[in-house]
Amino acid sequence: MSEKSRFRDAELARRIAEKLDQAMRNEPAVRICHVCGTHEYTITHFGIRSLLPSNVEVIAGPGCPVCIVPASEVDEAVEVARKGIIVTCFGDVLRVPGSEMSLLDAKAQGADIRIVYSLTDVIKMANAEKTKEFVFFAVGFETTSPSTALEISNRPPENLSFLISHRLIPPAMEMLAETEDLNLNGFIAPGHVSTITGLKPYEVFPKKYNIPTVVAGFEPLDILMSVYMIIKQQKKRIAQLENEYIRVVQWEGNIKAQELMTSIFDVVDSNWRGLGTIPSSRFMLKNEYKAYDANLKYGVKIEHGIDIQHGCRCHLVVVGKIRPTECPLFMKACTPENPVGACMVSSEGTCRIWARTTASQPSSTPLD
Amino acid sequence: MDLLLTHPCLVPIKMCLAIPAKVINKKENLAYVDFGEGVLREVDVSLVDAKVGDYVLVHAGYAIQVLDEQEALETLRVWNEVLQTEV
Repeated sequence: MSEKSRFRDAELARRIAEKLDQAMRNEPAVRICHVCGTHEYTITHFGIRSLLPSNVEVIAGPGCPVCIVPASEVDEAVEVARKGIIVTCFGDVLRVPGSEMSLLDAKAQGADIRIVYSLTDVIKMANAEKTKEFVFFAVGFETTSPSTALEISNRPPENLSFLISHRLIPPAMEMLAETEDLNLNGFIAPGHVSTITGLKPYEVFPKKYNIPTVVAGFEPLDILMSVYMIIKQQKKRIAQLENEYIRVVQWEGNIKAQELMTSIFDVVDSNWRGLGTIPSSRFMLKNEYKAYDANLKYGVKIEHGIDIQHGCRCHLVVVGKIRPTECPLFMKACTPENPVGACMVSSEGTCRIWARTTASQPSSTPLD
Repeated sequence: MDLLLTHPCLVPIKMCLAIPAKVINKKENLAYVDFGEGVLREVDVSLVDAKVGDYVLVHAGYAIQVLDEQEALETLRVWNEVLQTEV
C-alpha cells in the first residue's frame, strides 16, 4: 500500500469515527481550532466535519499566511513596484488586496511583478540582470522564513532586497487562547510549521491555558486521529502536548533552521489583517542585515492601510468566529475570480477553500 | 516544461504545504529530487542533512526535513494501539 493510501484507509477512518462517537456520547460540546490552511483543505475536501459527532466542532484559525498580511504591507510592495523596481513574490500573494490595489492590479498598470516558485529563482534573476533592482516580498510562516534567512546569510546580490512579512504562528494561537468568546477546548497545531519550530513553542497551551494540543499531519486520518487524541485528553480532564505527526515532526524541530532565523531576524510586535496587533509575532531584519531591507533602501514605510473592505467579514472568518457562508458577500460579491477579502484570495484561505466545496459543507447555522 | 509548470507539487501557491520527494543525487547544497510521476527538480538542501535515497520534505524549493520511514510505519501501529485503548 502506498504512503498516501495507507493514510487514507477508509476502514481505519470508520473505526476512528466510531470511537469518537462513543467517546462523545452525552458529553458537553467541544470546540477545536486548527491554524493551517492545508488542514482546512483536508478537512473540507474530505468532508471530515461530516464524520465528527455533532458536539465536536473544528474551526479554522488564522492559518493562511497570505490572508493575514495587512494591507499596509501590500501597499508598500505596490509602492516599491511603482518606483520601477521588480517585485517578486509567490503566486498566492499576487492578488491579496491592498488599500487601493493588489500587486496584480499594479502589474496590469505596467509594474514589473514576477511570480516565483522559490527564492532561489529570484537570486538567479538578480544575478542574471545586474543592472536592475529586485525586491522579494517575503510572506509566510515558519515554514517559509528559514529559506529567506538562509539566503540572507549567504549574502545575496546587492541588487536584491527584501520586504519581510514573515510571521510566527504560536503568538497568534496564544491570542486565540486568550479570546474568551472562542472557548477553545483543543488546538490542532500545524504540521509543517512544527517541522521547523519543533514542539516546544506549543508547551504554553496545555500548561498555561489548559488546552490539549496535538501536532497533526495533512492526510484525512491524521486529522481524525488528532481530534480523537484531543477528545481522549478532554475525557481524562488533562491537557497535554502530543505529536500525531511523528513521521515528519521531531520534538526539537529543525535546529539549523531555527539558528538561522535567530541569527538573521529580530522578533517584533505586528499587525495581522483582521486580528490587530499581536505581541512578538513578526520577523524583522537585524541591524547588521539592514542593507537588505527594501523599506529602508527605497524609503517606503506605510503605517496604516485598509485591511477590511466594506461589508467583508474576513476578520471574523480568520479567527473562526463565523463560517464563510455566514458572510453576506460570500459567493455573491466575493468570489475566487473577484475576491473582496484576503480569505478568498489564497488557496489556503478559508473562504477560497469553502468556495470550491460549499456543497459538501454541513448546514450554515451560526456558531454560538 | 508544461508539466513542470502545472504539476500540483510545483505550482507555487500553497505557502505552508510541503511535499515529500526522494533525493536522486546531490552536489554540495543542491540536490535533484523526485516528486514522483517523473517530476524532477533541483532543490536546496542546506537546511537538512540529507543523503541520496532519503525522502525529504520540500517547501518552495528548499528541503526542510528528512522524513523518517521507520516512524511512518510506526504511525499506523501507534494509531491501532490508541484505538484499542478505551476512553
